[in-house]
Amino acid sequence: MDGVSVDALRGVSLSIEEGDYAAIIGPSGSGKSTLMHLLGCLDRPTSGKLLIRGRDVSTLNDSELAELRNQTIGFVFQAFQLLPRTTAIENVALPLVYRGVRRAERRKRAAEALEAVNLGHRLTHRPTQMSGGEQQRVAIARALVGEPAVLLADEPTGNLDTVNGDEVMAILERLNKERGVAVVLVTHEADIAARARRIIRVRDGLIEEAAEEATGEAVGEATGAAS
Amino acid sequence: MRFTESFRVAVDALLVNRLRSLLTMLGVVIGVAAVVVLVAIGGGAKQLVTSEVEGLGSNIVFVAPGKFQLGTTPALSRLQLTDADYLNRVLGRPDAVAVALTSAENLRTGTNTFYATVQGTTSNVVDVFDRPVEKGRYVSKADISTARRVIVLGPDAAHALFPGADAVGRQVTMSGVEFRVIGVFKAKGGAFGVSPDAEVHIPVTAAQRLFGMQTITGFATKAESPDEVDATGAKMVDALKRKYRGDEFTAVSQTEILGTIGRILSLLTLVLAAIAGISLLVGGVGVSNIMLVSVRERTKEIGLRKALGARQRDILAQFLLEAVMLTSIGGLIGIGLGISVSFTLSAFSPLPAVLAWWSIALAFGVSAAVGVFFGVMPARRAGKLDPVVALRTE
Repeated sequence: MDGVSVDALRGVSLSIEEGDYAAIIGPSGSGKSTLMHLLGCLDRPTSGKLLIRGRDVSTLNDSELAELRNQTIGFVFQAFQLLPRTTAIENVALPLVYRGVRRAERRKRAAEALEAVNLGHRLTHRPTQMSGGEQQRVAIARALVGEPAVLLADEPTGNLDTVNGDEVMAILERLNKERGVAVVLVTHEADIAARARRIIRVRDGLIEEAAEEATGEAVGEATGAAS
Repeated sequence: MRFTESFRVAVDALLVNRLRSLLTMLGVVIGVAAVVVLVAIGGGAKQLVTSEVEGLGSNIVFVAPGKFQLGTTPALSRLQLTDADYLNRVLGRPDAVAVALTSAENLRTGTNTFYATVQGTTSNVVDVFDRPVEKGRYVSKADISTARRVIVLGPDAAHALFPGADAVGRQVTMSGVEFRVIGVFKAKGGAFGVSPDAEVHIPVTAAQRLFGMQTITGFATKAESPDEVDATGAKMVDALKRKYRGDEFTAVSQTEILGTIGRILSLLTLVLAAIAGISLLVGGVGVSNIMLVSVRERTKEIGLRKALGARQRDILAQFLLEAVMLTSIGGLIGIGLGISVSFTLSAFSPLPAVLAWWSIALAFGVSAAVGVFFGVMPARRAGKLDPVVALRTE
């Protein structure tokens, strides 16, 4: 931006498989958020390649990228990022809006997603009327509603107490197990990371370790650098 | 994203900031209302003038020396009273041509004065023009031939000179000469220029003697039908040119007078509407400004929507629609306000308000266009936001 470019990630090579359960761990400023944004197609690598289901992201234009995010990736943010004046069901239905799904169908699928995170009784509540844990579960339902291949969760328990944090983690793990959706967590809490089958350690823009080599079809594959 | 969805989002956004939305609309409301009102007033003025000119009578042709153009007429006329008989013969209709010798004088009674347009006329004026006499009688042929000092007053003149009293039979002094009132015209009304109600008529011969002139100002006649108007005028002009070689004469019909006044009023209306349109533009700048604020406020929401799969054009459409709705609703309110102000004005003033459907359609179209024009820049800015940066914004 100011004429100085700093590489946040360098020489990264990473592959996320179908049904994976991985935690990206590292201290603040290590580049794990950047890695997360790359995997979520919010950012494009300055060099190298990001393949989502074998498609090179750098060849996609804005609309194709948006569609890819919409179809493939579900985001769960630390700060929930729910629209404040909008009911739970409409918050959850939002990704389907951009898919052109009809209103009645959207509501049906959003209700199902909320049911899956044990919030079937909270459909018309607004975020301000819900606890942090409930809000994060709404956010998970929203990430889930489009039936993505990967859930990217950026510090999903960061704003929650232990009880709510555990519940959120349990839901993520259940979805991973029951639906086969790959879960990628970004966290700096070691005990949260320890629950994952794979731990990816990022330090100073480098991936230090990718524990337990998985097999199967790659959902996402990233090599290169990002600033 | 479907249009109905964008629409709902835009309505929600406007409702969240009700007061801000209303204040932003106000610029557009005032601009549109001003355009509608000014065009209605302009139309009303035109209608009023038209009805006044048409109220003179129908199919009237005026013939005067010189070329008819604003500001320049010959100071001296060579036309004689006897030319009226000559033109009667040319037209083949006895007593068809009325004569006018026009001046303006101060009229006095013992205590009152009144400044009036004085028309030296012939007895057939009441037939050519639609000028009924309410009390007494009009100038007669005998009055003309003997240059009798008699006078017919317009109602305004009668009221000013003889307030609350019957004017007929009383004396009026003009340039030191006494005239006897023989009649009072019926009121015609009028708000523009010289009201016919303020005129006074005297026999043309008495006028010539009073002003010390041998000539007359011009002629007027009534064509036999609307189709004859131009031909009648041309015949009279040709005849006069034959008699006074080298002189110019012009025939003017009511339609031509209306055309000239109409053009002037239309131009005036257009200029006023354009000035009012400038406030619409200012309103548009306000919309642009508020949309920029709105984009900034909702940066995080934009980032989220993008992360969830909104394309640049979805975001652009959302904000553009919001801007267009802002100005369109403002336009509709402005039209409502403009119509009510126009009606109120015409109820409390002599000016009729003539609502022009084109000005209403145009005002609405322009306000919607202002929304597009001034909404595009903020909306594009919103669409191009980097989702990563947007999500990080607090």
